[in-house]
Amino acid sequence: MNIASILARKGGKVATCRPEQSIRQVLALLAEHNIGALVVVDESGVPAGMLSERDVVREAARDERLFARSVAEIMTRDVIVGVPEDDLRAVRRTMTERRIRHVPVVVEGRLVGIVSIGDVVKAELDQYLGEVDTLQMQVGVRP
Amino acid sequence: MARPGTEGRPLRVAVIGAGPAGFYTAEHLFRQPGLAVQVDLYDRLPTPYGLVRFGVAPDHQKIKNVTAAFDRTAAHAGFRFFGHVELGKDVTIEDLRAHYHQIVYTTGAQTDRRMGIPGEDLRGSHPATDFVAWYNGHPDYREHRFDLSQERVAVVGVGNVAVDVVRILCRTPEELAVTDISDDALAALRESRVREVYLLGRRGPAQAAFTNPEIRELGELPGADVVARPDEVEPDPLTRAELEQGGDRATLKKVEILREYARRAPLGKPRTLIIRFLVSPVALHSGESGEVVGLRIVRNELYATAAGTLQARPTDRFEELPAGLVFRSVGYRGVPIPGVPFHDAWGVILNDKGRVLEPDTREPRSGEYAAGWIKRGPTGVIGTNKPDAAETVACMVEDLARDRVLAPSEPESGAALALVQQRQPQSVSWPDWQRLDAMEVARGRAAGRPRVKFTRVEEMLAALGR
Repeated sequence: MNIASILARKGGKVATCRPEQSIRQVLALLAEHNIGALVVVDESGVPAGMLSERDVVREAARDERLFARSVAEIMTRDVIVGVPEDDLRAVRRTMTERRIRHVPVVVEGRLVGIVSIGDVVKAELDQYLGEVDTLQMQVGVRP
Repeated sequence: MARPGTEGRPLRVAVIGAGPAGFYTAEHLFRQPGLAVQVDLYDRLPTPYGLVRFGVAPDHQKIKNVTAAFDRTAAHAGFRFFGHVELGKDVTIEDLRAHYHQIVYTTGAQTDRRMGIPGEDLRGSHPATDFVAWYNGHPDYREHRFDLSQERVAVVGVGNVAVDVVRILCRTPEELAVTDISDDALAALRESRVREVYLLGRRGPAQAAFTNPEIRELGELPGADVVARPDEVEPDPLTRAELEQGGDRATLKKVEILREYARRAPLGKPRTLIIRFLVSPVALHSGESGEVVGLRIVRNELYATAAGTLQARPTDRFEELPAGLVFRSVGYRGVPIPGVPFHDAWGVILNDKGRVLEPDTREPRSGEYAAGWIKRGPTGVIGTNKPDAAETVACMVEDLARDRVLAPSEPESGAALALVQQRQPQSVSWPDWQRLDAMEVARGRAAGRPRVKFTRVEEMLAALGR
């Protein structure tokens, strides 16, 4: 299974922000969408970084005037980006080993979606549930 | 007006497509506590079960046991089957909006992805699913013909469909004769002159989509020796590193099974099944009269994507592979339903957790949903559609609680029945299907087979005395 199957049922809407926006603005976006991270995109829509709850917490612990600063100052620039053909299992392994909670997905540089660790866990769980159910059917157990 | 979902005013739902996703959607709806639901399950064919009947291989009857669960759903008082009724032909979406509070599309992934290489449409090059539908007796495919007088066949892809196709090609007539394979296919396969069957995988064994029971089955075929090349089954350094770091047992086992195939000496069985890895076709060659005579294949190497997946890329090493029959099985996609937003890149209905979205605003469209492969793409096994349908039904229940449902002008169940009977007088009900089913099973019993399928719609209607 690849991560295209996760994106297929997520509607393709990705919450993004711009590097020059203030932290105050993007916190409002995170709260509004009830999500944990935003993809930071440049003027042509190409991903330039990620801004996660963790970035905000890390900086807020150091600097109480954080709210007025820009996204560009605190965003994570070294972002691991996926492609729709990436295997679910490989992406899960990369996310858990490198402690990443969100992977933006791009096609030819263009942002097409984002998968969270929650999406990945749910997709794998559904896959296992389905396999168990199918196996039970084959051996005649009524689930 | 009161919210639907009560005994006096049940929630009325139309589900389009009677495959696993359609049945699981109905099942989850019926399981909602305190909700009175009526489900009308539509299918364009007179027979239910979708790919359980027309996709699952005839020599895998146990997998078809899942229909017992679907039958329990069909026994629910709120369930009706409207077989042989086609959306867009017999009834329109507007008709459905006038008769139901909610509509769920469960139409599956009905077409295959193309390889995108020269010669793909030569005579003798087919989508693997055409062959599958044909041997399973799908009425739309019974006139298809496959040239089984060819000695060499290539099947492109290593997913479960590709494995089914090579296995059926390698089965002996005696093995097939005790299944519910279509009579036409059985007759054609009896005359098969196929000697060598190639299964071509783009990546290595560790990355192949086939499951271990399926690949093990290929090594136990009475009528075919299985062959693999040591240099292709041995994991490359990237795969080895991945297996050592966090390889799951199933993948390690998969590689081990293939290694054992590579060590085997052929026993001289009538057919040979050759499993190749790290190769991709780049062109199909044409003979003098436009028929396929072979493939040009390129050797691939693996590289790791940023997110850690090992993907294939071509090298500059090419090979020629003669073959007079080619099946492609490199992926599947949904077919758009006119009037329903579609996401072309993923080949699914544009949706969020099953809620159909308006293309411009990406906001949910009231009362319309998707489940199964037309929602998430063609992944997983039959049972994967169960949690998938549960997610869609959860959205439906949530929307109902917020009064986001359609406002049908004729919500009575009798009105929908009258509409269907008027538009398609030959529609097939669940009791009709049960009669057809009993007849098929009776025909099979006489021949020592699970069933002998009706493969023509007219034949089915005639059997029902129409």
